[in-house]
Amino acid sequence: MWTLFHKFGSPPWLYRLSGAILRWLLPITLLALVAGAVWGLLFTPPDFRQGNSYRIIYIHVPAAVVALAGYYVMAIAGAVSLIWRMKMADIAMRACAPIGAALTFVALVTGSIWGKPTWGTWWVWDARITSMLILFFLYLGVVALYEAYENKALAAKACAVLSLVGTVNIPIIYKSVDWWYSLHQPASIKFTGGSTIDPSMLYPLLFMISAFYCLFVCALLLNMRVEILEREQRTAWVRALATERGGS
Amino acid sequence: MHPVRKQRLFLVLFLVVFSSSAIGLMAYALRGNINLFYPPVQVAAGMAPVGQNIRVGGMVVEGSVQRSDTSLEMRFDVTDFEAVVSVVYTGIVPDLFGEGQGAVASGKLDEHGVLQASEVLAKHDENYMPPEVAEALEASKARMAEQAAEGGYGQ
Repeated sequence: MWTLFHKFGSPPWLYRLSGAILRWLLPITLLALVAGAVWGLLFTPPDFRQGNSYRIIYIHVPAAVVALAGYYVMAIAGAVSLIWRMKMADIAMRACAPIGAALTFVALVTGSIWGKPTWGTWWVWDARITSMLILFFLYLGVVALYEAYENKALAAKACAVLSLVGTVNIPIIYKSVDWWYSLHQPASIKFTGGSTIDPSMLYPLLFMISAFYCLFVCALLLNMRVEILEREQRTAWVRALATERGGS
Repeated sequence: MHPVRKQRLFLVLFLVVFSSSAIGLMAYALRGNINLFYPPVQVAAGMAPVGQNIRVGGMVVEGSVQRSDTSLEMRFDVTDFEAVVSVVYTGIVPDLFGEGQGAVASGKLDEHGVLQASEVLAKHDENYMPPEVAEALEASKARMAEQAAEGGYGQ
């Protein structure tokens, strides 16, 4: 197990592995996103109260779910980077931040677009929405903090601490609708007991959530590969790769 | 595990636990302010300030919505099934506003305990279903009520 763990610390190994994964995961993800969107938008029944406007759920919920999960990926990478001083963990942490920020932004914007016809307002300072906005700023904060340092090792250390402290926000976002009186409704998908969303609407939603998870993995690996190449540009294996690609 | 790494691991765990409890305690101390609205029972108990902008949320009582014939003025009651607060509002309500549905009204409480609302928002619940399913549910509920009534007479 430890040998596998140490292999993750090797840039050429990770570069080759991510290339092999992306070769099949990327087309599957794009296909799943299109299929899920078509399924959700065209082949599901309208909601009994909201009509067709509820269909934004197929973008809003997956983006929000993966934005929360992505934060844990970033924080765990941060912890690994602090404990083992592993460069690949730094890169993974840094690569998570812009993807997470984009997903959080999508969740906020789609929520706002849905909120206007449903609630009657674009924005309200309720616990769920405000904590989600804090998540957005945390992601942006990691990007900004990382770029603020000249020294990459120091930047990784500071970002790892920030992302670890920020983990407290994730359960707050998740439970905010149960702990406080908020305008945002409680979760419809429940791990225990029955979900309060009809199966005909639930399955495309679960499908879209899985597709967004794959999208996150793809974006993460693509981001990491760019960063690996940039950092390792003076090494023999990257030079070999470049001549191999350039020559053919 | 290497002792230095073990030490760093404990440092990381301490960081997460310490900052979580700090922020947790802060959220606990501010819990009243994080709530978006007052439930009617707190308004009835006098916990909501009079004459200040507040929000009151709950279920719109069935049959309580009265609209004026000549203006956009309307009044309705919201309840949390323990207390009731009357709301007066002039304006357009969201499409999803309705009797038996959740709503959040913001405005000022007057001396009679009536909320003079400047904004009314509809609160959507977590139930999502196709119209046919909703109709079927409604029908079976009516049937069960009927059966309960018949059973009452029979016994």
